[in-house]
Amino acid sequence: MTARAPGSRLAGWLPFAGAALLLLVVAPLVLSDFRLNLLGKFLCFAILALGLDLVWGYTGMLSLGQGVFFGLGGYAMAMYLKLEASQGELPDFMSWSGLSALPWFWKPFAHAWFAIPMAILIPGALAGAVGYLLTRSRIRGAYFSLITQALALIFTILFIGQQPYTGGTNGITNLTTLFGFSLGDPRTQKVLYLITAVTLGVTYLLLRRVTASRFGRLLIAIRDGENRVRFCGYNPVAVKALAFAVGGALAGLAGALFVPQVGIISPAMMGVVPSIEMVVWVALGGRGTLTGAVLGALLVNLAKTYLSESFPGAWTFGLGLLFVLVVVYLPDGLVGLVRRVGLMGKSGEEGLA
Amino acid sequence: MTGGALRVENLTVEFDGFKAIDGLNFSLQEGELRFLIGPNGAGKTTLIDVISGRVRPTAGRVFFGHSDLSRLQEHEIVALGIARKFQTPSVFPHLTVWENLELALGFRERLPALLRPLGREGEERIAATLATVGLEHRAGQRAGTLSHGEKQWLEIGMLLIQEPRLLLLDEPVAGMTRRERELTGQLLHRIAPGRMILVVEHDMEFLRRFAHTVTVMHEGRILSEGTVEAVQSDPRVVEIYLGRGRQRGKGQALTAG
Amino acid sequence: MELLLLQGFNALSVGSVLLLIALGLAFTFGLMGVINMAHGEMIMAGAYVTYVLQLAFTKYLPGAKGAYFLVALPAAFLVAGLLGLLMERLLVRHLYGRPLDTLLATWGVSLMLQQAARTIFGAPNVQVVSPPWLNGGLKVLGAVLPYKRLFILALAVLCVVGISLYLTRTAGGRRIRAVMQSRPMAACMGIATSRVDALTFALGSGLAGVAGAALTLLGPVGPATGTYYIVDAFLVVILGGVGQLLGTVVAALGIGAFNVAFELGSSASIGKVLVLLAIIVFLQWKPSGLFALRTRALD
Repeated sequence: MTARAPGSRLAGWLPFAGAALLLLVVAPLVLSDFRLNLLGKFLCFAILALGLDLVWGYTGMLSLGQGVFFGLGGYAMAMYLKLEASQGELPDFMSWSGLSALPWFWKPFAHAWFAIPMAILIPGALAGAVGYLLTRSRIRGAYFSLITQALALIFTILFIGQQPYTGGTNGITNLTTLFGFSLGDPRTQKVLYLITAVTLGVTYLLLRRVTASRFGRLLIAIRDGENRVRFCGYNPVAVKALAFAVGGALAGLAGALFVPQVGIISPAMMGVVPSIEMVVWVALGGRGTLTGAVLGALLVNLAKTYLSESFPGAWTFGLGLLFVLVVVYLPDGLVGLVRRVGLMGKSGEEGLA
Repeated sequence: MTGGALRVENLTVEFDGFKAIDGLNFSLQEGELRFLIGPNGAGKTTLIDVISGRVRPTAGRVFFGHSDLSRLQEHEIVALGIARKFQTPSVFPHLTVWENLELALGFRERLPALLRPLGREGEERIAATLATVGLEHRAGQRAGTLSHGEKQWLEIGMLLIQEPRLLLLDEPVAGMTRRERELTGQLLHRIAPGRMILVVEHDMEFLRRFAHTVTVMHEGRILSEGTVEAVQSDPRVVEIYLGRGRQRGKGQALTAG
Repeated sequence: MELLLLQGFNALSVGSVLLLIALGLAFTFGLMGVINMAHGEMIMAGAYVTYVLQLAFTKYLPGAKGAYFLVALPAAFLVAGLLGLLMERLLVRHLYGRPLDTLLATWGVSLMLQQAARTIFGAPNVQVVSPPWLNGGLKVLGAVLPYKRLFILALAVLCVVGISLYLTRTAGGRRIRAVMQSRPMAACMGIATSRVDALTFALGSGLAGVAGAALTLLGPVGPATGTYYIVDAFLVVILGGVGQLLGTVVAALGIGAFNVAFELGSSASIGKVLVLLAIIVFLQWKPSGLFALRTRALD
């Protein structure tokens, strides 16, 4: 957040360049198709985590409904792929549920030029509207969290209940191709992975630009004293709605990238519990730092994948315990811990709050 | 027509049946430096709350020029040129002193413009404001690490950089050392020309040193108004301060000396 | 007429269930301002206590197996209350003044409690056999009002009356109110505020336990039972106005009525969605809930 000395500007790029090299060159060469696909999935989560960090870490709105935006992006993309897979026929789950024609609101999703932008715009607009309405009536803090959580519940109930239109509990699955390329082909998956990695990099750079600007400092000011910001002459409603919309749009983007790589989207990925898990990523990595959000998303999901396979029970228990410990003892997450250790090394530096 | 003057008309503010302000009439002329005093619960802070848009009046209206402030939101009132300093210093602790001023400076810009860096002119204005409030050497320090008095000055600086026409200062010297109070008083006189300033203050020594005209509030109304000497010799003022002063320490300062 | 009576009773019944699950939160969230995401797991704990007692009575006291439920209510209160006490002492009290962190940390606890339940009782839901004396129903004007529902209604009324008597008529209750209204003042008066906090939190958790025991009458119990109720419970308290017992009661009954009305006009899932939306829209209009005091506090 503080201005860098000119000499260290180049050094500031080094970690980013290293990470880019690792993700774009080393990982595709070293990892098996299966693992690369898994990493691609985690990178989608990291994109979402960046958005959530902007919303929570920087602007102070703890959203417990981020899964909704992820899900909306995922469903928009999945419906496009489903319609491509159905080749002009009615998607299977719709005919099973007794529909005879494609509902009007799904019709435009047969076109990529509509479906893919909508995967970002719909969640972005919904988040913007929710953010606007809640901050306008000055609902914030825990109330904001609890209402966004209710939103997650609403959407889960709705998507499960409206089986003919959404595929119900099973969600949308059996996707085959994207632009004619088979989703089962490792080469398609490799390209999707690379697109995801580049998207993550671009998102990171853009958000770094935003958070380092005067706008970013306005976000922090709103987090630390929303009322004071009003008396500074700013209208926090517009700012918060904008930040929440960006967070929602990024979650939607993550969902849209997630679906072709994983092959399914279902209500289980957008509900109350996955939404809180998203918060866990950011909290563990370190809220209020972009690096922390990315690292948290990657590490937690890595641990989840490998530990939950071998010790499913112990994993859930451990995640809960870890989370409690981090919140109580490491409110700034892993990045905060690293910084604190680093500061002990070169004492005399300005303390971190 | 009283161009930029502040007019409070028949103002009443109720909290759960308790009248914090009760049919108050008050006005401030262009270029005036006014002190507002009164015992605890007189309604001074509530009056400032109403002017700055934090509290909505139960009845009555507040005009700034032709604008009815009671219909506006806080940030709209700031845009009219009314800046307010809170009783407890409210600066942004995680931002540096420079960044705090930069934030205050940018309040008229559109949001996308805030993505661009601050221009040369802006930097010069921040530097000038830092000099005015005497915090040049603290520019790169986080505001949370400042001393109490320095935070108060930073907050005054954040108001000044917005070039307000009316400054509302709620106990600007509370918690300051004697020397800091002296410096603040001088600062007040330096910045007073060309704008209106309304100061709520308890510190009587400060009042006698730096006030021209004083308004005394009591139980939500104006009790007395005039020069410091006139107000001090007003028997009603002596009564409310002395009558209570026997139980409380605060009021005695007014008559002692 | 008969239909109207039945629907009215349904509304009252749904409302009383909501009230029971929200009453504990009215303590921990409403009075203390602590966001306990593990509140649902306190409900779950109460339900499992009932399950265990039912098994034990059937095995060891088959002659009096219907009586298990009467033992289960206080037992659930005690077990959940102790859990709450433990949680407050070990975790929550380190986080006072950090509401969002409390929310996150207690969610961690809820995850652990769910896993504990899964380990002890298994992942599938278990069914508690209701006591035989609660089977059947009361015939009124041709409609049958199930005894179980009537029992829950009566229990909710009893709890509300008990709580308000406790808060207003006993020394312990007055101490709670004193601490919640002005912590420093209460401390000056010689009240051990830290003990009051622990007690209040334990009481709130205990009430959740009672709700859990009662809910076994209506359906099976599982490790995820708590997550099913938590959002509803919070919305009831927020809607009622935080810190207002009367508000909680009105909000619970109101939501119950809307729920039944919306479900009549549509499906169960759409009805629930409409209720949640209605609450959010209402909070747009009155952000501090049905019953709120106008105060001067800044934040």
